[in-house]
Amino acid sequence: MTMLTATPGQTIGPFYGYALPFERGGELVPAGAPGAIRFHGTVTDGAGLPVPDVLLEIWQADADGRVPHTAGSLHRDGWTFTGWGRVSTDDEGHFSFSTVEPAAGAPGRAPFIAITVFGRGLLNRLFTRAYVPGPACADDPLLSGLPADRRDTLIAARDAQGLRFDIRLQGEDETVFLRYPGQ
Amino acid sequence: MTAPHSTITDTDPDSASASQAEINAEMAVIETGYLQTGVEESQPRLDYAPYRSSLLRHPTKDLHHADPEALELWAPVFGERDVHRLESDLTIQHNGDPIGERMVITGRVLDGDGRPVRHQLVEIWQANSAGRYVHKRDQHHAPLDPNFTGVGRCLTDADGNYRFTTVKPGPYPWKNHRNAWRPAHIHFSLFGTDFTQRMITQMYFPGDPLFALDPIYQSITDQKARDRLVAAYDHDVTSHEWATGYRWDIVLTGSQRTQFENGEEH
Repeated sequence: MTMLTATPGQTIGPFYGYALPFERGGELVPAGAPGAIRFHGTVTDGAGLPVPDVLLEIWQADADGRVPHTAGSLHRDGWTFTGWGRVSTDDEGHFSFSTVEPAAGAPGRAPFIAITVFGRGLLNRLFTRAYVPGPACADDPLLSGLPADRRDTLIAARDAQGLRFDIRLQGEDETVFLRYPGQ
Repeated sequence: MTAPHSTITDTDPDSASASQAEINAEMAVIETGYLQTGVEESQPRLDYAPYRSSLLRHPTKDLHHADPEALELWAPVFGERDVHRLESDLTIQHNGDPIGERMVITGRVLDGDGRPVRHQLVEIWQANSAGRYVHKRDQHHAPLDPNFTGVGRCLTDADGNYRFTTVKPGPYPWKNHRNAWRPAHIHFSLFGTDFTQRMITQMYFPGDPLFALDPIYQSITDQKARDRLVAAYDHDVTSHEWATGYRWDIVLTGSQRTQFENGEEH
């Protein structure tokens, strides 16, 4: 039973760049480590133009589906998988993480990487999920509840280095963004 | 209820072509529409045309309801190795004292049931006392302060308390419209016990004359909700011959995980 009303969010604004990104923020595992994949994509706006000032955070289970409960994301030691990372898009709207492909946390669910999107022009954060492509997507309850053309916006594509996931903030093929209970 | 997009020609966020009066008129139309609905809102609108940068960046489709899965019932963990104790004092990061009104901001981070969010990361960033950020894109013609960066971090204590020492930020101009000025604010980044509680917001100071003119603040249509972003001056936080004090508590959305645990295990 919720008693208190949540504090409103506000835009991250344009000037977070010297404050929030941190060294190796996108290296959940070091690039090139055994089992490492690249998780990357481009963020575009309603005109289809890349968005160069978006901050993305990802949160995920490890390759066995376990949710980490380990500190150390801000000062990575290169060995500890904390499950969390943060990067800003570059001048071409592109973002890139090195991580592992997560496994599902429960039977009947497709594995996914949880994403939070912050940006200048976004008055509040957006949540979404990047699903690992595979047969499990066909039966996943969240994906099954979406029309086919929208479902595809949540499923990453395999490429040579790992997974590609483009985020469209607005317009045709707009990415599905999520609202959790109580929001 | 929202201002018709067809009347807005300056979608370039840096064009600064509209006047403050035009922005005020757009905001007034939205506010009037909100008051007529009678349905209380507590968060900013994503689609808020007076904030020009939002025009092409807000989703146009409804957010899709998602029941959190196991992963989303947990949040990243931060510890002493992530955050040094001294990072909560923004006035001691350089060789000298920064210019400005030294102030302490403190409060509690709570979940929607009033439970403290313990040992969790709080990050802040802000302009200096002249209204200038240490950021390459900030072109405001105001001095940088060699003794002030404006970035702080801390972990909440066992009761959910955070505390920063800083200087009061100045208001600054931006290019949303002609003669646009942001009210003085400190950016806050917050985590909860659940991934779903993640949020970033801005804390304001009481009585700021720029509130009524600022489309970012006004994107929250409800006055009670806006007031939740305004810190209170607290003389008990003010310290003798040292710093003024403000208090601001932050409430995250309800924790699904603690509800589950309380129901199942305790």
